[in-house]
Amino acid sequence: MLQGWIIFLISLAYIGLLFAIAYYGDKRADAKRSLSSPYIYALSLAVYCTDWTFYGSVGRAASTGLGFLPIYLGPTLMAALWWFVLRKIIRISKANRIVSIADFIASRYGKSTTLGGLVTVIAVIGIIPYISLQLEGVSTSFTLLWRYPELVPPQSGVIGVLSDTGLYVALLLATFAILFGVRHLDAAEHHEGMVAAVAFESVIKLLAFVAAGLFVTFGLFDGFGDLFTQAAANPDLKALFTLEGTGGGYGGWFGLIFLSMLAIMFLPRQFQVAVVENVNEQHLPKAIWLFPLYLLAINIFVLPITFAGLLLFPHSTVDPDTFVLTLPMAYGQDILTMFVFLGGLSAATGMVIVETVALSTMVSNDLVIPVLLRWEGLRLAERQDLSGLLLIIRRSAIVVIVLLGYLYFRLTSDLYPLVSIGLVSFAAVAQFAPAILGGIYWKGGTRSGALTGLSAGFLVWAHTLLLPSLAESGWLPLSIMEPGPFGLSWLKPYELFGLSGWSPIPHALFWSLLVNVLGYIGGSLLGRQSVLEHSQASLFVDVFKRSGEGSQINLWRGSASVTDLRMLLGRFLGPGRADDLLSEYARQRSLNWTEVTNANAELVNYAEKLLAGSIGAASARVMMASVVKEELLNMGEVMGMLDETIAYSRQLEQKSQELEAATAELRAANERLQELDRLKDDFISTVSHELRTPLTSIRAFSEILFDNPDLDANRRSQFLSIILKENERLTRLINQVLDLSKIESGNAEWYVSEIDLIEVINESLQTTSQLFTENEIDLQLDLPDSVPPLVADRDRIKQVLLNLLSNAIKFCDHSAGWVGVRLQVKEEVIQVDVSDNGPGISEANQRIIFDKFRQVGDTMTEKPQGTGLGLPISRHIIAHFGGELWVTSTLGRGATFSFTLPLEPPLGWQNGAAEIGQSDTNIVVRSELLGQEFGDQRVASHRTQTGEQN
Amino acid sequence: MPEPIKGQRLVALFLLGCVLFNYPLLSLFSQNGILGGIPLLYIYIFITWLALIGLMALVIER
Repeated sequence: MLQGWIIFLISLAYIGLLFAIAYYGDKRADAKRSLSSPYIYALSLAVYCTDWTFYGSVGRAASTGLGFLPIYLGPTLMAALWWFVLRKIIRISKANRIVSIADFIASRYGKSTTLGGLVTVIAVIGIIPYISLQLEGVSTSFTLLWRYPELVPPQSGVIGVLSDTGLYVALLLATFAILFGVRHLDAAEHHEGMVAAVAFESVIKLLAFVAAGLFVTFGLFDGFGDLFTQAAANPDLKALFTLEGTGGGYGGWFGLIFLSMLAIMFLPRQFQVAVVENVNEQHLPKAIWLFPLYLLAINIFVLPITFAGLLLFPHSTVDPDTFVLTLPMAYGQDILTMFVFLGGLSAATGMVIVETVALSTMVSNDLVIPVLLRWEGLRLAERQDLSGLLLIIRRSAIVVIVLLGYLYFRLTSDLYPLVSIGLVSFAAVAQFAPAILGGIYWKGGTRSGALTGLSAGFLVWAHTLLLPSLAESGWLPLSIMEPGPFGLSWLKPYELFGLSGWSPIPHALFWSLLVNVLGYIGGSLLGRQSVLEHSQASLFVDVFKRSGEGSQINLWRGSASVTDLRMLLGRFLGPGRADDLLSEYARQRSLNWTEVTNANAELVNYAEKLLAGSIGAASARVMMASVVKEELLNMGEVMGMLDETIAYSRQLEQKSQELEAATAELRAANERLQELDRLKDDFISTVSHELRTPLTSIRAFSEILFDNPDLDANRRSQFLSIILKENERLTRLINQVLDLSKIESGNAEWYVSEIDLIEVINESLQTTSQLFTENEIDLQLDLPDSVPPLVADRDRIKQVLLNLLSNAIKFCDHSAGWVGVRLQVKEEVIQVDVSDNGPGISEANQRIIFDKFRQVGDTMTEKPQGTGLGLPISRHIIAHFGGELWVTSTLGRGATFSFTLPLEPPLGWQNGAAEIGQSDTNIVVRSELLGQEFGDQRVASHRTQTGEQN
Repeated sequence: MPEPIKGQRLVALFLLGCVLFNYPLLSLFSQNGILGGIPLLYIYIFITWLALIGLMALVIER
């Protein structure tokens, strides 16, 4: 017989057992021999199956047939996507020491306190119906069991609060949750003991349910076939065999699958066990198929129990939600009944423990602490050790949450079947989906987008699901439902904007997610990210591209003293634990704290994460800001850094361009050098050739004279004259080569004075007058009466004139020779033209005659008429005085050589020239050369003496 | 087996499951047929479900 006290004792013993398991689990974890395994992990995920599953599925199946199943098919499908999605969330959370779903969202969107608070509010309000569901489940089953073996439906109607088992159940569960879940302060640390206990509970509830199912199917009936065949005989029951007979249709079916897919990811307790409590990422793959298998197993007997209950309790005196318990009760199965009760208790306690632990972390980290820290009157920031306060906040949060659940239970009890209550919660947490999924795959998601989407989705959820439940329980006027709030029919909660024909859950899901997604995307696209948001976004989205925690982008700069950090950590973690953690940090990096006084970015980061594990990312951010000297860079500074970088890269670019230019110059210079080298070689070979010609002839005639002493005087005299001429030619050539090389190398001496160009021309003509006479050449002079004086070297200019005149004489028409000399004064220059009526010079030759040793005509076949150095030397001389020397000619019509000299001497040369001009000895040397310089032998005899030049 | 391939196969199974557990395939079995005393729809759903889990296990464990 099951007496009340026996039930109570067994329940206590069972809970004691759970404590023992939890204790053992924690001990093992402390001793580094963790119990954790893929199987424990998968079983802990089965915290998804609560009293909703345990009692509620049968209730739902009784009215909708297979309608209970989408809630389990959705997670099965979602599990296949865990490989990508959940793994990413786990990786992100581990890297950032994320402790709750609110922390996750807040952290992703720039560690936003507001967002964390909003998520917490949504989660708490959304989950309260779910907790009330557990209270109802346990309370109902307890009440039923209390009357055992009688089968009396629980009284409906108002019961006093103090005589309500629900209250005691609530308080019991709260105590349980406090003892289990909030023993450690660091919420990011794994509660391995709690997970072990939850996994154990998962086993118990599965076994209990399967045991009940086996008893019903094979004890009360003759297997599945018999059971369904009997049910088929009843038309009402047979309608449950198809989806069409159950209402809701395929749209509702799909909606529930979709909803549960989101719920399995984003329910706070699922996030807790799947992400926060995940010890090893490698546990995930096995859980991907083990968890759905668990769901399948616990659902096999839902339909048999449903039909058995409907067949055996035909007059609906018994609530279908209790069939699992009432069937064994009705058939006197003491042990089974007790076992089933414990299964239901397991399902409820597991859910409440994990859920309240998760929610209390969120409430304390994202709601209470941020408010307290900003509440300056409390002077909280100055208190030395806050770890005790943190624990009190969390424990109070648990009690408050459970009591809120109880309140909801009192308000709405008996109105809804269990499943409908739970689905309201599912729809609430589904609002997190856009912000989280968007947050881990889309860098563009912003804080304002997440805030907009979440708020809008939550408001629509509250309007379409929370409001009706409050209205129907009498706390709000029923007019909200019909004709609608303020009489506005388009605001009817179940037919928003006139969308009718949908069942409430898919209807609410559609509208809330629609505005949520639109708000999220729209808000993100219209707004801008802050720097922190931007860095967090890339941290989250690119988590797999980064290697570990160390490589996070550091937009932080500034300094904090190690002492400050130590004190800060001590206040929230307890001084001893803070010291341990810092020692560990120092040990890993071989640091000595006595030497290190200033924290670097890495240490600050480390401390912030430690703190985040305790008080959440957003609060940790605020606290770190209080000890770190400089804040995070603002956008302007980042842009500044960017500009510096850009400027630097521009400089680099410029340098490289300069380098390129320099390289090009060097290359050109090198080419020029090679060209000069080649020219030098040419020059030497040409000079050698030019020297050899006269030498050869001198030698030849000398030998003749030597070998033939009896040569007649006439011949002898002729040969000697040739030798003499060749000798002169040789001397002249050598002189010119020397002169040219002096001019080119800049070593030539210049004697500078004021000269009258007319005088110089007349002197030159006098010098060459004999040649004019000999060759019968007509001279035409065109000289003005006077010209302005020029500053130049008289002898050099004369040298140029003599060269041009002798060339003109040499090349003019032999029969009717004509040479013209013309002097013009132009604007800035004086121009001298020396023209002849010779054969002219072709255009190609006009270019080359100013090169060394280049003469018009073939030097190999014709006897050379000069050295080929006169014109190059002349051009150098004219260029030295800032003038130009050029030729204009048409082939066959004579040539005109012209040069100009500037009236104003170019700057710079006069001083140096004057200096040289003082050296008389040089003038003498140069004058010696001067006489030898001209192209025609006939000129050579007219030596110019220095005396003549003055 | 290379890891990305596993993930892709699982996604394929997810898509397959989405099709198998939804209209219109579901409606083909949502009839009053009985197989071995058990309604056709129930058999279809549970067998498909089990097969899907089996395939997921195969992909992961192989």
